[in-house]
Amino acid sequence: MENIVIIGNGISGVTLARHIRKQSNHKITIISSETEFFFSRTALMYVFMGHMKFEHTQPYENDFWKKNNINLINASVEHVNTKEKALILNDDTVIVYDKLVIATGSKPNKFGWQGQDLKGVTGLYHKQDLETLEAFSPTCKRAVIVGGGLIGIELAEMLRSRNIPVTFLVREKSFWDAVLPFGESQMINRHILEHHIDLRLETGLLKILSDENGNARAVVTDKNETIECQIVGLTAGVSPNIDFLKNSGIELGRGVKVNRFLETNIKNIYAIGDCAEQYEGIGLRRPIEAVWYTGRMMAEALAQTLTGNPTQYNPGHWFNSAKFLDIEYQTYGWVWAHKKDYEEQFYWEHSSGKKAIRISFHKETRVFLGINTFGIRMRHEFFDKVLTENQSVDYVIHHLAEANFDPEFFTSHKKEIQEQFVKQFVGLKTV
Amino acid sequence: MSKSAQNISIASHQNNGLNTLQKLGLAIGFIGLFILIVAFYNVSFPNKNLWLSISITSILAGIVVYARSTYLSRPEGISNNGLFHKSLTNKGVLAWIIGVLLTSFYVALYWFPKYLGLGENGNANSGIVGFFDPLSLVLNGKIASQWFVYGTLYTVAILGLGYKFILKYRHNKYQLVRTISVMFFQLGFAFLIPEILEKLNPGKEYFAKDLKNMWPLNYYFFNDWHLKGLLNGGNLGMFMLVFGIAMIFIISPILTYFYGKRWYCSWVCGCGGLAETAGDSFRHLSNSTQKVWKIERWMIHSVLVFSFVMTIAVIFTFLSNNPEMSFITKDQFIYGIVAFLVVFTGALYLFKRNDLDTDAQFTMITLVAIIIISIMINFFSGSQNILFIDSNSLREWYGFAIGSAFSGVIGVGFYPLLGNRVWCRFGCPMAAILGLQQRLFSRFRITTNGGQCISCGNCTTHCEMGIDVRSYAQKGENIVRSSCVGCGICSAVCPRGVLKLENDAEEGRINANEILLGNDVNLMDLINNQK
Repeated sequence: MENIVIIGNGISGVTLARHIRKQSNHKITIISSETEFFFSRTALMYVFMGHMKFEHTQPYENDFWKKNNINLINASVEHVNTKEKALILNDDTVIVYDKLVIATGSKPNKFGWQGQDLKGVTGLYHKQDLETLEAFSPTCKRAVIVGGGLIGIELAEMLRSRNIPVTFLVREKSFWDAVLPFGESQMINRHILEHHIDLRLETGLLKILSDENGNARAVVTDKNETIECQIVGLTAGVSPNIDFLKNSGIELGRGVKVNRFLETNIKNIYAIGDCAEQYEGIGLRRPIEAVWYTGRMMAEALAQTLTGNPTQYNPGHWFNSAKFLDIEYQTYGWVWAHKKDYEEQFYWEHSSGKKAIRISFHKETRVFLGINTFGIRMRHEFFDKVLTENQSVDYVIHHLAEANFDPEFFTSHKKEIQEQFVKQFVGLKTV
Repeated sequence: MSKSAQNISIASHQNNGLNTLQKLGLAIGFIGLFILIVAFYNVSFPNKNLWLSISITSILAGIVVYARSTYLSRPEGISNNGLFHKSLTNKGVLAWIIGVLLTSFYVALYWFPKYLGLGENGNANSGIVGFFDPLSLVLNGKIASQWFVYGTLYTVAILGLGYKFILKYRHNKYQLVRTISVMFFQLGFAFLIPEILEKLNPGKEYFAKDLKNMWPLNYYFFNDWHLKGLLNGGNLGMFMLVFGIAMIFIISPILTYFYGKRWYCSWVCGCGGLAETAGDSFRHLSNSTQKVWKIERWMIHSVLVFSFVMTIAVIFTFLSNNPEMSFITKDQFIYGIVAFLVVFTGALYLFKRNDLDTDAQFTMITLVAIIIISIMINFFSGSQNILFIDSNSLREWYGFAIGSAFSGVIGVGFYPLLGNRVWCRFGCPMAAILGLQQRLFSRFRITTNGGQCISCGNCTTHCEMGIDVRSYAQKGENIVRSSCVGCGICSAVCPRGVLKLENDAEEGRINANEILLGNDVNLMDLINNQK
């Protein structure tokens, strides 16, 4: 029986603990300073919006941990002593371990803006961020959100749910256009405006101004406009939350460097989830994957290793999903915002302007490479199989009905999509 | 900036936020309700017909105006903002007021109808019951009873709030079709058709003419007054008897096999209809802890056994007392019941025991054994009572405790406090039977979309049956639960498109799709491990 200590009780740490417990009787301890029990941070927005209570974000009941003999410690780790195999907590307690897993997740990026630590300035990541928002929103006349990605648009939706006017500063030409191709990105721009959010494209943050009490009072944009506001949301991406590991001897890049077995440079220390950085990205993936699903997958793989079945982190086909206000988004495989030279893309948009799909395929071989789907749900199992079997784009177009995952009675756009595809890509082009 | 929202309030953004149309809707609706309250105090209106029409029209119009203004002013999509911040929907003052008023209304309705104005001992109706006399005369040719008043208001609630529900979920066609279905069945099959049939068949003994209301939800179907009514009710009565029995043994199992119990519980049933429409604002109050799930299983199956035992006893007594009216003798009936129980449990044990928990198997077999032994002891001792207890008092207790107190007073009265499906979850014997079928012999399931779940908990929170949907979805497992009524709200509120209600082949219905959680595991290893 080994003494396994996990730092962080997010999806990675908790999935790891559960899977180790399933297969062994190792001693398991999870340390977190954020909350006593695991909660789903993806659901924080729904708590603020009043769709759920905080307790609903907890996937396991409070007695689950005791029942499964998983020890929880509510504290933060100040220092890791790799020689003594010991952790020092913020209350000076010393915790020893046989195996240590770092699963500390991310923290919101701050780029050294003047005023970035004022009161009323917050990211949207930790439970504490929600508490900040709760404290400031009753008297907030306008909020400014900086950073046009998934978290930014969620924060905008949250604030709008309480009728707080929102100005949304997006540095890029169009919303999330590093990931979303032009059509989809434009569609989301329109939808943001439809929700009465003041979207400012190609606009960045210069500085945040303070009032006499140290509260944020206004922001100044890089177009030299001053916007009065009481809440500033910083949502320009996240980076690994690993400051406490400096000088520990554990090799760090932007995150904790790990190999395919999720091992760090020091024996018996591992890292998973948002804070882990692969030496090289796996396939087309980035070295750091700050995604819910990858955290869960790494934990499943590491649990195997720690229970005597050495297993590489070997992610299957890429998938992801999000929701932009009312528009759901799913993606399977790879669709690039800017076409790669081998890539051809087919784009269909519904006349309502709220549904779209984009299919990427290989120019020459017509092999299906990936799909973006908006407002139409698609079946993970179907696309996983298609990608594994290297099916062609024609196969996918032909089997769209099978791929569909919309609820019963929903209008099917299969015919419309097929007709447009045939017009564009069949007959005109030969292989 | 022109499209951006502005906040011009001085103190905060949290103003009351009712727009003019919402205020107008509330005014119209509550004036309509006020007329009913005035009628309750026995004010004699000069033209009851007119005032009743005004009242009901205003209530409906008020709901329509309010709902349109509320939901059409925002883009299509999930509109659950502020549910847990509002008094009405988060067990605050408004919720308690409504809970107490509804509960009191049900107590008066079931046990003290004279306070609603029902004329007893041949006296004329007064109060609110009297207010409904003209409408009742038009529809069924008799003066109103408290049940007529109740049925009318019930229908108004389903129609009005069903419209509200449709607007709220107007982006979701499944919800649209399903809600139109419950509105249709309530208005036609539960309200208009039975009333009109009664008018067309005066003089015949009374029996329930609601085609869709079947045993054991309709617990008095086999009671002697009802059976007599059916048997003396001419062709219509005979049709209703045959159809009622066919519903139980043929139609319902077939539909449940193909579509799951949702075909009844959230598409047809009146209790379900009210829960889905009027009760929609309270669905998130259903408790989804494991403890409550345990209580649920014990309660609902106890009620099922109670209703089953009661029905056997009542039929036995009926056959003993009215041998001339029946198709079968009491001996045949008893042997039939015993044979049915043995064959049914035996088959279940033989073919489906792997799908049932050990304690469920044990409980079921013990229970069936006890029932059969009791029946036999009573039968061979020549007792008039089957199952030791007098069938009349058994029936009365069932009517009091389950039929009235549970389904009405607690089931609906406690909507704003315990959620909208209390009765369906904990008390409905029909739901228990259909649930058993759904769990064991059905093509219905909620499919989980591979690894897309983010454990957010919207599905679990908004499940009116208190199913912890997330606990399955996050593992990539399909949801096959006996209590699921297939309302489809979990699928609607899911932000990642993870859940889909489906009817498909029985094989592989219950799965653990670990392959698709994302890791590229070796398929053959996984399959071999699962064997």
